[in-house]
Amino acid sequence: MSERVLMKGNEALAEAALRAGCRFFAGYPITPQTEILEYLSWRMDEVGGSYTQAESELAAINMVMGAASGGARALTTSSGPGFSLKQEGISYLCASDLPAVIVNVMRIGSGLGDIAQGQGDYWQMTRGGGHGDYRTIVLAPNSVQENADLTYLAFDLAEKYLHPVLMASDAAIGQMIEAVALPEFREHNIDRYEWSVKGGTMEEDYRRIQNIFYTMGPAYEDFLRAKYDRMEVEEQRWESTAVEDAELVLVAFGISSRVCEEAVEGARAKGLKVGLIRPITLYPFPVKAFEEAKNAKAFMTVEMNLLGQMTDDVRLATGCELPVYHYGSIFSISDTQELIARAEELIKEAKGGEL
Amino acid sequence: MTEMICAGFGGQGVLTAGMLLIHAGMKQGNNVIFYPSYGSEMRGGTANCAIKISEKKIASPVIRQADIVFTMNAPAIDKFESILKPGGLLLVNSSLVDENRTYRDDIRVVKAPVTDIAADLGNPRGANIAMIGVLAAATDLFDPEFLLAQINDYFEAKGKKIPANEACFRKGMETAQ
Repeated sequence: MSERVLMKGNEALAEAALRAGCRFFAGYPITPQTEILEYLSWRMDEVGGSYTQAESELAAINMVMGAASGGARALTTSSGPGFSLKQEGISYLCASDLPAVIVNVMRIGSGLGDIAQGQGDYWQMTRGGGHGDYRTIVLAPNSVQENADLTYLAFDLAEKYLHPVLMASDAAIGQMIEAVALPEFREHNIDRYEWSVKGGTMEEDYRRIQNIFYTMGPAYEDFLRAKYDRMEVEEQRWESTAVEDAELVLVAFGISSRVCEEAVEGARAKGLKVGLIRPITLYPFPVKAFEEAKNAKAFMTVEMNLLGQMTDDVRLATGCELPVYHYGSIFSISDTQELIARAEELIKEAKGGEL
Repeated sequence: MTEMICAGFGGQGVLTAGMLLIHAGMKQGNNVIFYPSYGSEMRGGTANCAIKISEKKIASPVIRQADIVFTMNAPAIDKFESILKPGGLLLVNSSLVDENRTYRDDIRVVKAPVTDIAADLGNPRGANIAMIGVLAAATDLFDPEFLLAQINDYFEAKGKKIPANEACFRKGMETAQ
C-alpha cells in the first residue's frame, strides 16, 4: 500500500481500475460519475491503454463487450438513466460468459431524477436489470478507500466467474474526497485466456464469442446453476458491528452504512442494544451475516430510497420470522440522531412498550 | 470533530481553502472528508464545500450543524450563518461585507479584510490564504507554523511555489488577533 493521498471517490475508482490492469475504458458523461471519464481521459494514455468517450451508453457497453472478448480488463461507468441503457449489454455479457466491470454511481429518482446521491437502483442492480435469467455480483463501497479496493477486487471476481461485476457507488461516495492508500499496480496479460478472440493461423480452430448455450447445449443448465451456487457460497461479504447481542439490527450499505455505524455507537452509549450489518456484496446478499443476530427482535434497513428495496433480502435472509422495518429518505443522507430516536422507538415496541 | 463550511464566489479559492485544510488535517494524522457542492450550483457563481476533520471515523459527508463557517462574501453569510452551532465561529471578509451588518448573537464573529490584505501584498488570489491565517489565529485547530508548512507543501506538490502566500497567511493571523 502506498502513502495516503487525498482523492475524490470517482478518481480513486478510476485509478484503482488502472492498477488492477484495466486498459480499456468506454463511457459517456453523466453527473455524478463524469470525473471517472475525465480522469481516465488523460490517465489511460499514461498507462498505455485505450480510452473512448463513446457516442452513447449503449455504444460504450458494447465496446466493453468487444474488449472483454479480446481478453482485456474492460470498464464502463455511468449513473441512473445512463446505467439503465447498459442493461441489454450486461445481459449479453452474462450470456456470453464474459468478464467486465460496470460502475453505477447512483443518483436519485427514476426517469431523469437528479444528480444528488441516491440508493434507488438496488433492485435493478441485484435482480439482473436486463432481460433474461441472470444476476451479477454487486459490490457496494462505503468510502473512497473502498471505491479503490472493491474496484480492484471487481476485476478479479469478473474473471473468476467469467461474468460481469457491478459496482454500486453513489453520488456521495463518488464526489467526496478522503484519504486513500492506492493498491499496487498489477499487470494483466490480455492473452492469458484460451477463450479470448485474437489473431491466429488458418490451421487453428477459430474462437467465437457467442451465447454460450449454443455450444454447451443441455449442459448449460448445470453449468449456470453451479456458477451462481459458487458465487453464493464464496462471495458473500459484509461487515458487522455489535450484532451479537443486538435487539435491533440495522442493515445498510454504501453511504447510509456510515451514518448507521455512528448511530450504533450513539445508541449503545444510551444503553440501546443496536447493531449493524453492512452488506459489501449486495448480490450475493450476505445471508451468513444474519446467523450472528441471535438476539434480534427486529431489523431495520436504512436506505436512500422510499420503497425499502433491501427489506426483501433481509426478510429472505431471516426466514420472514421477525419484523423488518425500513428507514428511508430520498433527498438526504439519514441523520444519526433521528436514527437513534427511531431505533429507541422500535426497541420499545418490540419489548411491548418497556425498554 | 470539526465541521466547517467554506463558501464564497467562484474564483475566491474556497474549494482550495477546504482542500488545504483537509490536507493539513490528514498530515496531522486525522480522518478528513471534503464534500463539494456540485452541478448547477457551480454555474451560478457561488461555490462551497463541507469539510470535516476528526480523530474518529467520519460518518456522513453532510454537515447539519457547523462549528465554523468560513465565508468570503455576503451571500455566503446569507446562506450559511444559520447552520452554525450556538457558540460557533463565523469568519467574515470585511472587504466585501457591509460593516453595519448584524449577526446572530449566539455566535462568534471574526472579521478581516482579506481581499484588501491579499491585494495590498500583491497576491490578489491569496485572499483565501489570508482567511486561513485568520482561522489559524482564531482557533486552536492547527499549530499555525505547521499549517503554513502544509499549505506550501500542498502547492509545491502541484509544482507551484507561491512565496506571497506566507505574507498573506501571516497578515491574516495578525489581523485576527
